[in-house]
Amino acid sequence: MGAVWVYAEVAPDGRVAPAALELLSKARTLAPDVGAVALGPGASAAAEILGVHGAVQVFASDDPLYADHPAEPAAHALAELARRHKPDLILFGPSYDSRDVAGRVQALLGSALVANVDDVVGAGHVRLTTALSLWPGRPGNLRGGIAGAKIVDVELTGPTPRLVLVRTGAFDALPSGSRADVVAVDLDIPATRLRARLVERHEESNEGPRLEEARVVVGGGRGLGGPEGFALLGELARAIGDAAVGATRPVIDAGWAPFRMQIGQTGKTVTPDVYIAVGISGAAQHLVGMKGSRRVVAINADREAPIFQHADLGIVGDAFTVVPALIAELEAARVGGAGAR
Amino acid sequence: MDVVVLAKYVPNPSGSPPEIGPEFRLRRREADGGLDPSDEPGVETAVRLAQAHGGAVTALSVGPEHAVRALQRALALGADGATLVVDPLLEGSDALVTAKVLAAAIARLPFDLVIAGVESTDGATGTVPMTLAALLDLPSATFARRLEVDGARVVVERQTDLGYDTVECPLPALVTLTAAAAEPRHVSLKDSIEARKKPIERLPLAALGLQPADVVPTQRVTAVEIAPEKPRGELVEDEDEAPRRILQLLEQAGVA
Repeated sequence: MGAVWVYAEVAPDGRVAPAALELLSKARTLAPDVGAVALGPGASAAAEILGVHGAVQVFASDDPLYADHPAEPAAHALAELARRHKPDLILFGPSYDSRDVAGRVQALLGSALVANVDDVVGAGHVRLTTALSLWPGRPGNLRGGIAGAKIVDVELTGPTPRLVLVRTGAFDALPSGSRADVVAVDLDIPATRLRARLVERHEESNEGPRLEEARVVVGGGRGLGGPEGFALLGELARAIGDAAVGATRPVIDAGWAPFRMQIGQTGKTVTPDVYIAVGISGAAQHLVGMKGSRRVVAINADREAPIFQHADLGIVGDAFTVVPALIAELEAARVGGAGAR
Repeated sequence: MDVVVLAKYVPNPSGSPPEIGPEFRLRRREADGGLDPSDEPGVETAVRLAQAHGGAVTALSVGPEHAVRALQRALALGADGATLVVDPLLEGSDALVTAKVLAAAIARLPFDLVIAGVESTDGATGTVPMTLAALLDLPSATFARRLEVDGARVVVERQTDLGYDTVECPLPALVTLTAAAAEPRHVSLKDSIEARKKPIERLPLAALGLQPADVVPTQRVTAVEIAPEKPRGELVEDEDEAPRRILQLLEQAGVA
């Protein structure tokens, strides 16, 4: 196979989005010629870690215009680099920044794009556990979420490079200890590609363990009825200790919880020891983000909720009764346990 | 200001499960779906913008004949007109083909703004709007939880992992909206009946100047495997019993 590239999102301090390191680790099992493309402040500083994870070449530009103007200049540059160097495959993480760049690159190059991929078998062959279903005729996910889910093999044809958006956590990030050559990207980006502009960045505070690292994840869904329910889940997480709160996409969309808490196909992928699903019906969109959990507890008032098909322990009941009682049990156990020691 | 809003038909997720037909295509027994809920905030936003600034809203869909149901819903929510691109050649089309067809259909319409959902509820690919923006050579602002039109530009709050970014771009532009952008209005029976009188234009590919060679998909399913069902876990229906059982499980997992 020809070159495999990874589109790497970088932060100004040189940090690399974890997805890029996972993808590089996979890329080097596919082809000897692995490239990473990093655009924006921090790109050169990121070259070392990208090399350690398998990039032989890092195409880097620290030009702030890539950060100041979302998607269009990055897509222009990536398409131009691909025309010059002709990789067979470009892998992207699942973030919206990456989706935006990949979507535009697809129009510029006319190549196949497939999203929500679980495994890359070759330059023209990927595998998904949930797929598209526009209408009868499109590959699609069967009802019933993960149990009984379809594993779909998709063949990609047409012009290269093929564009593949991979789910977070599909591959492990494994350092290889190698070094990359840094290729300075020095492209003239036309002013016509700088139309959208980032005016201001607003950051909100975040406390407690990260969703991806917590041993217990408490996920909230529409069944919680409103943002108040999330305060209760926060209390439960604190009572457990090493726990973080996540949420489903409809809840994020409704503004009950911030986007960083989204678990699912387009949010984060979590693999805790215990996942506690509260008021979550069990849409496939969400299930793919938590199916790696070792044990699943589901609390839902609706006996027929599909989430129960995926739970080791299902509780049919009102979250606002069960969760406070559980918090009390946890606190009592802690006090009792401390006394016994 | 004239707005084109994308309106995708999606199957009813609680409807009867589809069968797998030839070439691994899904066959649904009945057309019981409708407008993708992800598209409703976009329709609502488009209607409000047209009311505030003058202009018309056109809902646009690519799909089978029963995708008309999605457009009827968009019309009931306040869109002024609707276009459905329907053609047997489009069966089995992929993201790029869909974007090309949408681009050709939009190019025929007057517009200042194209609005789409962030991603569809069923496919969740989340790239078609940006491919469309590039094909139409439009600037874009995506993943917006809030949108304002200020003279000749659009200003959005784009959701990020840490909060939000304020992003602006000149019109004409394409914007993708999350459900937080607008709460769809209540549709009365009267609205639904009135909406039936609004026009729905049906266009075959030929009317868009597209040839069969333009809509050849670049991906196809070559194998499908159904993952095994795992045995169902225990169900506890006694709320008094529940907390103790959860605690037990947490203790077994070594996390409490």
